[in-house]
Amino acid sequence: MSKMFSEENKAAFCNPINLNNPIAVQVLGICSALAVTSQLKPAIVMGLSVTVITAFSNLIISLLRKTIPNRIRIIVQLVVVAALVTIVSQVLKAYVYDVSVQLSVYVGLIITNCILMGRLEAFAMQNGPWSSFLDGIGNGLGYALVLVIVGFIRELFGFGTLFGFNVIPKCLTDAGYVNNGMMVMPAMSLIIVGCVIWAHRSINKEEK
Amino acid sequence: MKALRKLFDKMKPYVGEGGKYHAFRSLVDGFETFAFVPNKTSRKGSVNIHDAIDSKRIMSFVVIALLPALFFGMYNVGYQNALAAGQLANASFWGMFWYGFLAVLPKIIVSYVVGLGIEFVVAQWKGEEIQEGFLVSGIIIPMIVPVTCPLWMLAIAVAFSVILAKEIFGGTGMNIFNPALITRAFLFFSYPSSMTGDCTVWVKSHTICGLGFNVPDGVDALSAATPLGDAATSTFQGFDCQTIHDAITGFIPGSVGETSVIAIAIGAVILLWTGVASWKTMLSVFVGGALTGWLMQALGLTHIVWWEHLVLGGFAFGAVFMATDPVTSCRTEGGKYIYGLLIGFIAVLVRVLNPGFPEGMMLAILLLNLFSSLIDYCFVENNIKKRAKRAARAINK
Repeated sequence: MSKMFSEENKAAFCNPINLNNPIAVQVLGICSALAVTSQLKPAIVMGLSVTVITAFSNLIISLLRKTIPNRIRIIVQLVVVAALVTIVSQVLKAYVYDVSVQLSVYVGLIITNCILMGRLEAFAMQNGPWSSFLDGIGNGLGYALVLVIVGFIRELFGFGTLFGFNVIPKCLTDAGYVNNGMMVMPAMSLIIVGCVIWAHRSINKEEK
Repeated sequence: MKALRKLFDKMKPYVGEGGKYHAFRSLVDGFETFAFVPNKTSRKGSVNIHDAIDSKRIMSFVVIALLPALFFGMYNVGYQNALAAGQLANASFWGMFWYGFLAVLPKIIVSYVVGLGIEFVVAQWKGEEIQEGFLVSGIIIPMIVPVTCPLWMLAIAVAFSVILAKEIFGGTGMNIFNPALITRAFLFFSYPSSMTGDCTVWVKSHTICGLGFNVPDGVDALSAATPLGDAATSTFQGFDCQTIHDAITGFIPGSVGETSVIAIAIGAVILLWTGVASWKTMLSVFVGGALTGWLMQALGLTHIVWWEHLVLGGFAFGAVFMATDPVTSCRTEGGKYIYGLLIGFIAVLVRVLNPGFPEGMMLAILLLNLFSSLIDYCFVENNIKKRAKRAARAINK
């Protein structure tokens, strides 16, 4: 048990959430972060899907890592990721159809998400299954965290809602408050991601 | 002037190092260097060349050049209000001017308080001297928004542009984009219903402090479009003489400061006479716009006559005051021509070919702001190559 939660494993899990965040520090997976964050709900679903896929693809590749011939490792990794993405996409279609319609191609495009291949190449190919699994969850959650922050800001100011519920008090709209149309555009989410990175770096300045 | 000098001298010990009000150092310093040329000279032992006027004095020239357009804009706000209410016969010149003054003044105050406030805080925080760049942006911003634009939107937009278009890049002189235009672009894309459309946006329709007139709802004058808005509709058959005449004198609905070509021309003369703005940039914007307008007309894509583009909407204002911004425009002499020509070209192209945007000046200038460094780079590299070749020839001989 003590081995399961050793310092190294803790670091594999915690680092990607904050200090080595895939979006804020490694600047990977930006494309989908811009595309799916106009509302909170798709952002969360997307974050969770990526978490599940990174975790299990890391686990599977880590188990196979000694048997995969080095020359075809990318193809093997892709097959594993593609299979997982297809499963997740089918599950989303079955249980949360409206969100999967909203996410449209971006669920399928998780295959091309740089975080996945990055973690498989950089971590799962060298480490054991348990720590790879933790690393996958950590990276997925780190990605989801930024998505949720951006989605929260964009839905709140762009639509005046959170999870589809109206949260702007009526007295404000009566006083002339208008939702910010630019928040709905992908351009603004790039700016918000930039601001998140800015805040993250100024908070963690000493630790660099 | 002497009393002001004494006041600043008196304040010095309080805001200096270790003084009681050290937190306000940048504020006092900023106002002092604005009022008086700083008494600093270059360090000894190095060679420096300074112009007689520093950037704060240059900024003041630009503000002076903007005043005719601003004052005319104020008058036009009152004029459009009286026109929409059908009370033009009962309105006096000063009544209309003061009405417009009261309508525009809050915007100027908000723009300066928010913009300068952020600049002062940043200067204090970084321990730097206050940057003076917002002096011009602060007066341009109220002039390029509709008079009905709510103040809170303006405040958010100014904060957005000062922080994200200016301070992030390192403050005055380092920005890639013109901060005033970023403010307008932010408003334009964030709150399109308050920034474009029929005259409910462009004409203030209620009294201020007893001045002006209340325009009843549903009056035809309020659902009318601006001339460029008209031109974007499919039934448009060309402007009549009166519209163009109004567009030149400035009695058309539009953003506060951009309507009158005559007032802007006075500003242009001041800028060119003092040498603050480059005539190359200014001229080539007009040439580019005119050539493209002529081409579009020749191809039968529009009913707007080529020169009408130059007097309508924000073209003249953009060409004179925005495109010539020394920070965001090209610095090489040859580059200025390319930069200006392309601004005119794209502005007219957007106007004619994109039905979604009746006005293209803002987008054209912002786009070229982005490319100005590239244009400069090409010119500089080209020059280096030419000289290297010349030097090689000289050596071979």
